[in-house]
Amino acid sequence: MLAYTVRRILVSIPVLIASTFIVFLVVVNAGDPVANFATSRQPPPSKAAVAAFSRHIHADEPAVQRYWNWITGVLHGDWGPSVQPNLDIGHDLFTRFRVTVTLVAAAMIIALILAVVFGVFSAIRQYTAADYTITFFGFLFLAMPVFWFAVLLKQAGIWFNEQTGSQFLGTIGEKSPYLEVDTAWNEFSDRIGHLVLPTITLALVSFASWTRYTRASMLEVLNSDYVRLARAKGLRRRTVMVRHALRTALIPLTTVTALDIAIILGGAVITETIFQWHGMGEMLVESAATVDVYRTMAWLLLSAVVVIGFNLIADLLYAVLDPRIRYD
Amino acid sequence: MTVIQKGEDSGAVLEVEDLSVEFPTEDGLVRAVRGVGYRLDRGDSLGIVGESGSGKSVTALAVMGLLPATARVRGSVRFEGTELLGLPDARLSDLRGSGIAMIFQDPMTSLNPVYSVGYQIAETLRRHQPGLKSRAARDRAVDLLGTVGIPSPERRVDNYPHELSGGMRQRVVIAIAMANDPDVIIADEPTTALDVTVQAQILDALETARAETGAALVLITHDLGVVAGHSDRVAVMYAGRIVETGSVEDIFYTPRMPYTLGLLGSLPRMDREEERLTPITGSPPSMLNLPPGCPFAPRCPLRRAACDTTEPALRKAGHDLHLSACHFADELVDTGAADVFDAVGADSEALARFADTTTPSPHSTNAEEDSE
Amino acid sequence: MTDTEAAGSAGTQLPPTEREFTVRQRTQTQLVLRRFLRHRAAMVSLVVFVLILLWAFIGPHLWHYSYQKYTPDNSQPPSGKHPFGTNASGYDAYAQVMRGTQTSLKIAILIALGSTFVGAIWGAVAGFYRGFVDSLMMRIADLVLTLPLFAIALVISSRSGGSWYWIAAVIAGLTWAYVARVVRATVLSLREKEFVEAAKALGASDARIIFRHLLPNALGPIIVNATVLVATGILTETALSFVGFGVQPPDTSLGLLVSQAQTAVDTRPWLFYIPGAFIIAIALTINFIGDGLRDAFDPRQQRVRQ
Repeated sequence: MLAYTVRRILVSIPVLIASTFIVFLVVVNAGDPVANFATSRQPPPSKAAVAAFSRHIHADEPAVQRYWNWITGVLHGDWGPSVQPNLDIGHDLFTRFRVTVTLVAAAMIIALILAVVFGVFSAIRQYTAADYTITFFGFLFLAMPVFWFAVLLKQAGIWFNEQTGSQFLGTIGEKSPYLEVDTAWNEFSDRIGHLVLPTITLALVSFASWTRYTRASMLEVLNSDYVRLARAKGLRRRTVMVRHALRTALIPLTTVTALDIAIILGGAVITETIFQWHGMGEMLVESAATVDVYRTMAWLLLSAVVVIGFNLIADLLYAVLDPRIRYD
Repeated sequence: MTVIQKGEDSGAVLEVEDLSVEFPTEDGLVRAVRGVGYRLDRGDSLGIVGESGSGKSVTALAVMGLLPATARVRGSVRFEGTELLGLPDARLSDLRGSGIAMIFQDPMTSLNPVYSVGYQIAETLRRHQPGLKSRAARDRAVDLLGTVGIPSPERRVDNYPHELSGGMRQRVVIAIAMANDPDVIIADEPTTALDVTVQAQILDALETARAETGAALVLITHDLGVVAGHSDRVAVMYAGRIVETGSVEDIFYTPRMPYTLGLLGSLPRMDREEERLTPITGSPPSMLNLPPGCPFAPRCPLRRAACDTTEPALRKAGHDLHLSACHFADELVDTGAADVFDAVGADSEALARFADTTTPSPHSTNAEEDSE
Repeated sequence: MTDTEAAGSAGTQLPPTEREFTVRQRTQTQLVLRRFLRHRAAMVSLVVFVLILLWAFIGPHLWHYSYQKYTPDNSQPPSGKHPFGTNASGYDAYAQVMRGTQTSLKIAILIALGSTFVGAIWGAVAGFYRGFVDSLMMRIADLVLTLPLFAIALVISSRSGGSWYWIAAVIAGLTWAYVARVVRATVLSLREKEFVEAAKALGASDARIIFRHLLPNALGPIIVNATVLVATGILTETALSFVGFGVQPPDTSLGLLVSQAQTAVDTRPWLFYIPGAFIIAIALTINFIGDGLRDAFDPRQQRVRQ
């Protein structure tokens, strides 16, 4: 298994290089930061200043050379120049990454737990009112635009705070700018309060699709021959449900969860924009708007590593859970 | 059935009476089983024969209480005198595996892929013998694997199902079935999914299991050859009913129902010098909206007016224990399949059908699944 | 079947008729259609979706306000004159929602068609040739799949200037790989079927086998996927437009309308809820239609019901 893991990581490197190279070419051609610099400032910068800016962000070099310099630089901890003066992309990236990780992790855990509970319940009670209700809401949430729901939740949060006279539910930022009583507990609860609404937002879509997936997987297993044999052995319904059905039905969910990480990262961009978090979402939107090539690339590289890492973890987990899969 | 008196329980371990099973579907009511009855004495062996869709498996699942909740089951199933229909699931599950065990058709899917075979055998042992330590259960599992003919069982016990061949897996399923010394083993087409070469071995393993446990056997199959070697009595099912029942000799040598005749005619036999097989043309009727009259009539070469109006009851044909559901059973004395079914005509028709199905057409992949 | 007198008995013997065959044989298309028609949610959804489609594309020609003309009424709640009200600048929301729906649908449908076209051929070719071609093509598809759709679309479409076909092309360029994977899997199983062998034995060309035998038989999964892609497409486009990287004013889309209304949820709620409801309605009906199609094409899933 260790050998397999090492091999997988080694295989990931060319994939990472290929995908970042393609993306780099796309990003470099997606806009002209030098023109932006030359036109958007008052008073207009001098020709020399424009040329200096162009040199500073390496816009005067051929794309392939820029890519090479960038990727080798990243290995040494140099993430390249930003179009914004005095912005350390590496520092910016990891500060924001920590903010986003909290949100993504909270949303994924909650979505996963709820999806398993509702999916299994829905499958066991197939074609009952409960099943239809869960299925309907699953469809509804799948059809719900994240941004629309987020704005709605934000309104609901403001209303809730007004009604209770508290400030518990934060609707702006990942924490309050300052706290009156600066204790560890207050800071913790402040963070939790700010986490609630964005987490619900981000969890919603994954919850819906994972619930449907769990239900389908569970139904398939419930109709399988081995569950029938387990019942024929005399095992009680509950034992069969948990030990034979659930245990087997949840295995494919690991893959689905891992594959969805890219979608969740996309959802995080929207969620963070609406709740004004200073996370990776804001970073992406800012760098796309300012055509900040190296800042965009930093974002995409990190997310690619996360996606590839998640897939690797899912594959390894699959091997642990399913004896039919063995890597060596 | 062969009457072996055994004290006060009069020998019957399993009595099925007037069992009917219906499934409500979107298209209407599917009457999968329509008044099936049989009686199984201690140690007895009953073969149930019929085409797929004739209700054999549904009957077995009804006995086990394993039909989906939507199924409507009526009639009576008595195990050692206790009525099973209507029993709560907890009570039934005490009986399953210890009183009545079941073996399913496809060994490739019958075992849970994520548990070792030893675990799956020990699981049923410990379920019905609460005091059993896991160590002892494992040892017993090894014994059982040896009994059903798995070589080096102490090594195999830790294998996962995917590490075993289909034949080996079916042996494991048989080991699970015999683990708690059941009184009845229901084997639902235990050899159908296996290679011909393995079939005989599996049937041997099944015989071993019977000998070890003294269980009565219900052997469900569509293969008359299997029945001939392993059953005392035979029930032929068609369209959810038993259409003929009797001893193996009755069924094989003096069949009194055209369908049985047809089945025999499509069986290659070494003991007779018949030039060609005589297939039954057509296909079994849909169990949805079954027309009145004998369900076999559309395919029956002996069909007459009466066949289309009334469904024949299962009546005595020949001697007391030989029953047949044909209006004209008496006329079938000493009739062979070749006398009734036209071999030549059937052959050319079969050929035409074959040509039909091999013609490529878009979507042909799903075509056979659309009967519902 | 032939009449036989073999039993030689008296009485009126009737020839065996084919009673069970009096049920008319149905073609596969009829069966799929019949199963789809029975799927109530899918049927209702289809009707609703077609109505929205007609409304969005024909409606603007019949409505007396244009989506880009001011009216003298500012911030009016819904009324007979302005069924969806007006916004702060006096635009008629009914005209705007109609236009926004039209743009969003155009983009979503183009995404579905584009990525299905590319993905189906890509997957069929890979699955048909297998070996090296397959590995190469599927590695490329996998590469595309690792790219976070929304983020990449956001980066690229910042250059689009808001033109709808460019946005559609960008999203389709990132979603075709899903289709390719599904189609490849289907083709891999189909190519082992007898009718493909037969076609090969008859000397059919590769192109003929792919386009005449493999793709038509993979039509079920392809259509189901295309349907789902319309939903994915509309949700992605509206999200892009919401963040400001999709459709740009003066044109409008449902996402842009929600974005413009997000600060006015309390004061002019109609501007926020109505376009949102349209996005949900479209995505929801599309998903139900897809579900109905899946059941219709793949009856195995329905067997559970018995």
